[in-house]
Amino acid sequence: MTDNQSALAQQQAPFVVPPVDIYEDDGGITVIADLPGVSRENLAVRIDGEELFIEAGATAVAPENMELIYGEAQFSAYRRQFTLSRELDATQVEANLKDGVLRLRVPKAEAAKPRRIEVRAG
Amino acid sequence: MLNATFRPSADMFSEIGRLQGLLDQVFRPAERSPIRALAKGSFPVINVGNTPEAIEVMALLPGVDAASLQLTIERGVLTIAGERAAPDPQGAVTVYAQERYAGPFRRVINLPDDADPSRVNATHRDGMLRVTVSKRESSRPRQIQIA
Repeated sequence: MTDNQSALAQQQAPFVVPPVDIYEDDGGITVIADLPGVSRENLAVRIDGEELFIEAGATAVAPENMELIYGEAQFSAYRRQFTLSRELDATQVEANLKDGVLRLRVPKAEAAKPRRIEVRAG
Repeated sequence: MLNATFRPSADMFSEIGRLQGLLDQVFRPAERSPIRALAKGSFPVINVGNTPEAIEVMALLPGVDAASLQLTIERGVLTIAGERAAPDPQGAVTVYAQERYAGPFRRVINLPDDADPSRVNATHRDGMLRVTVSKRESSRPRQIQIA
């Protein structure tokens, strides 16, 4: 398959939208995503312009000869994307993956942090 | 994790299916979904499978410490219970999304008669719990030699 076709096929493969918690404070935005079964090698967090992409694959732990009786989780790919706003500094994203939980920290650009403006008398 | 199609099997397992179905829908999140997408009864998400040697239960438990998890077998019933703490926002001013389940949880799985409760193995990795309950030796198919 050409690169385009394989990329398209991967995008059309069924995937799960991971649940997230998103908080904003004065310093930036924190995104916490549930990605069970995902280890560092299978996780890709990338920024493309103003878009933040989270793409991951869970490793199957089931033995080869297993017959699925009851499956609430049928897909092993996770995908989610967010549009960042311009005051966020996309070059300073910090990511941490532990026990299947991804924590992203996107700080605000220095100029965008709330500041008190001194009012001079006179 | 498993791309096998769901095939209804022995009666005892379709019992779970019906009971679970009453409580919560099969977990298939949509790409666009309301902010509180998880139904109360569907954490953790579980898969149950069957091999000739054992029953396999997989539970998706991201962010749950294995030490705080209560995994018990009693009278043929496997219970996975515990509590997931809500993340501490540490002075956050705005909460935009809180889709991840926080709080106590409990999932119960009926095990068939040939499950051997004394031979259970559980591993926990990357937020995925895998419980393997071996089947009794005597119930496994055996060839009988004719003298």
